[in-house]
Amino acid sequence: MKYDVVVVGGGPAGLGAAVEAKKHGANKVLIIERDRELGGILNQCIHNGFGLHEFKEELTGPEYANRFIKMVEENDIDYMLNTMVLSIEDKKIIALGEKGLIDIEAIAIVLAMGCRERTRGAIDLAGYRPAGVYTAGAAQRFMNMEGYMVGKKVVIYGSGDIGLIMARRMTLEGAKVEAVVEVNPHSSGLTRNIVQCLDDFDIPLLLQHGITYVHGKDRVTGVTISKLDSNRNPIEGTDREIECDTVLLSVGLIPENELSSDTGVELHNTTKGPVVNNKMQTNVDGVFACGNVVHVHDLVDFVTKESRIAGRNAALYVLNKIENNETVETEAGDGIGYIVPQQIDTKLGEEVNLFMRVRNIYSNRKLVVRDGDEIILQKKRPHMIPSEMENLKLSAELIKNLKGNISVCVEEA
Amino acid sequence: MEKNITCIVCPVGCRLTVKKNEDKTYTVTGNTCKRGEKYGVEEMTAPKRMVTSTVKIKDGALRLVPVKTSDSIPKELIFELMELLDDVEIEAPVMVGDIIVENVLGTGINIVASRDMCKVS
Ligand SMILES: Cc1cc2nc3c(=O)[nH]c(=O)nc-3n(C[C@H](O)[C@H](O)[C@H](O)COP(=O)(O)OP(=O)(O)OC[C@H]3O[C@@H](n4cnc5c(N)ncnc54)[C@H](O)[C@@H]3O)c2cc1C
Ligand code: SF4
Repeated sequence: MKYDVVVVGGGPAGLGAAVEAKKHGANKVLIIERDRELGGILNQCIHNGFGLHEFKEELTGPEYANRFIKMVEENDIDYMLNTMVLSIEDKKIIALGEKGLIDIEAIAIVLAMGCRERTRGAIDLAGYRPAGVYTAGAAQRFMNMEGYMVGKKVVIYGSGDIGLIMARRMTLEGAKVEAVVEVNPHSSGLTRNIVQCLDDFDIPLLLQHGITYVHGKDRVTGVTISKLDSNRNPIEGTDREIECDTVLLSVGLIPENELSSDTGVELHNTTKGPVVNNKMQTNVDGVFACGNVVHVHDLVDFVTKESRIAGRNAALYVLNKIENNETVETEAGDGIGYIVPQQIDTKLGEEVNLFMRVRNIYSNRKLVVRDGDEIILQKKRPHMIPSEMENLKLSAELIKNLKGNISVCVEEA
Repeated sequence: MEKNITCIVCPVGCRLTVKKNEDKTYTVTGNTCKRGEKYGVEEMTAPKRMVTSTVKIKDGALRLVPVKTSDSIPKELIFELMELLDDVEIEAPVMVGDIIVENVLGTGINIVASRDMCKVS
């Protein structure tokens, strides 16, 4: 089989990239998805809050996915379901589907495999291995798609958005959520989710607390929690037991990149995703990436934005219209965790959106962009937190005049 | 009287300050759009929430189909609504936007499906 553009992963990133590639002149476009349907993680995110930037409407996850699935169908884009990509080498893709192994040749490839949740193993939870410990996303899928209630008395570990949303979901379905336990001094979820998922239902958020032991042999019977000091060590005398039958983990997401690194794609230390430029190009010729596989997004609208860039440039690559000029690097300065894209092609003549995360909670600061020593842009920010992605637009004019590498810092306003 | 609240209408999460004026009207600041202003006033007078959940579906690809309220409903009705949804079972196929329960709890608001699900026999 031969295709112009093959997209790996049928979540919002993959769908958006495929539609855009088709619109920009790629004739044969294929999406490969390992699940039984398109839509990715959105199918299980039945809550609202999606699409405000993209559609100026507030949609649920499945509704947002539905709009893109319709576009895929209208644009005559091929897709394979229940098919997993096993390897990519020199633009040759080997996938495993219902009928066995499939070989596919592509001119350009878009990586859109999303991310996965950190598990119990990743955080070394002490105790036996009883039933009743789930990642929040797995519980979400059980409850919202498969129709199983995962527990009655719940403690949630980590205050990521998925955990917060599951705190509300389980409360609405009749479970008692005893507490959300967070090791950091601040929540790692969006403020609006603290308000509407915890405060609305009087669920306590215990900051700077850790779970030190999971009790129970066959099924969870409770957890021991302790207050933590500033080095995250349990403070003696502060431990107490909370009775529960279920622990949900919401302790972070990691971009899904085994496939990418096997293919020779260079990964970034902080984001754990491919190093990309402003065309969403990786270091491997003809291989692009977008969405959560690049860095973990909190809003799907930004995923869509990124996927359009990847899709369009994949099409331009197929048409031999992509130009590769000199690039400059973006550097995360004081207070900034990471910046995507990591490289900027200054001759592209397009504005560039820099996506970044700050390292701490900051009030009344500004984001300062420098080209070498020269300040080229600064924006006031009354409030910044690590869980909310910051984004800075550099105009085409600014990009054109860049002389060297650029850096972004958080500074006193 | 002044109160600081977080706007939850969209994920931007603007920090609003709602001030009650002498004449019992409210002034909202900190909002980036009109919807935030409306939310700020409503949150002080009659708080409302969108509710999303699932209902059982017969002959669908999955055992459940996601649903949502067509608009936000008074906060105090949320649990009553959830109880009502427990007993709802529909039959596939269903399309996004199909009305599942009309005028739920007399609010004038409908429960609608939030995804397509075809019939599998
Ligand atoms: C559990 C969970 C809940 C979330 N909830 C929200 C939320 O409420 N709101 C929000 O804005 N964001 C949420 N996010 C973030 C969310 O991931 C993004 O908004 C968005 O869905 C990312 O899109 P994506 O296409 O990059 O990834 P995904 O939606 O994860 O799609 C990736 C797709 O790639 C497929 N895939 C992976 N590897 C292969 C392979 N080798 N071969 C074939 N197919 C493959 C997967 O099956 C999946 O369908 C959530 C994330 C998770 C993990
Ligand atoms: S004020 Fe407007 S932009 Fe700000 S959170 Fe509310 S709805 Fe969103």
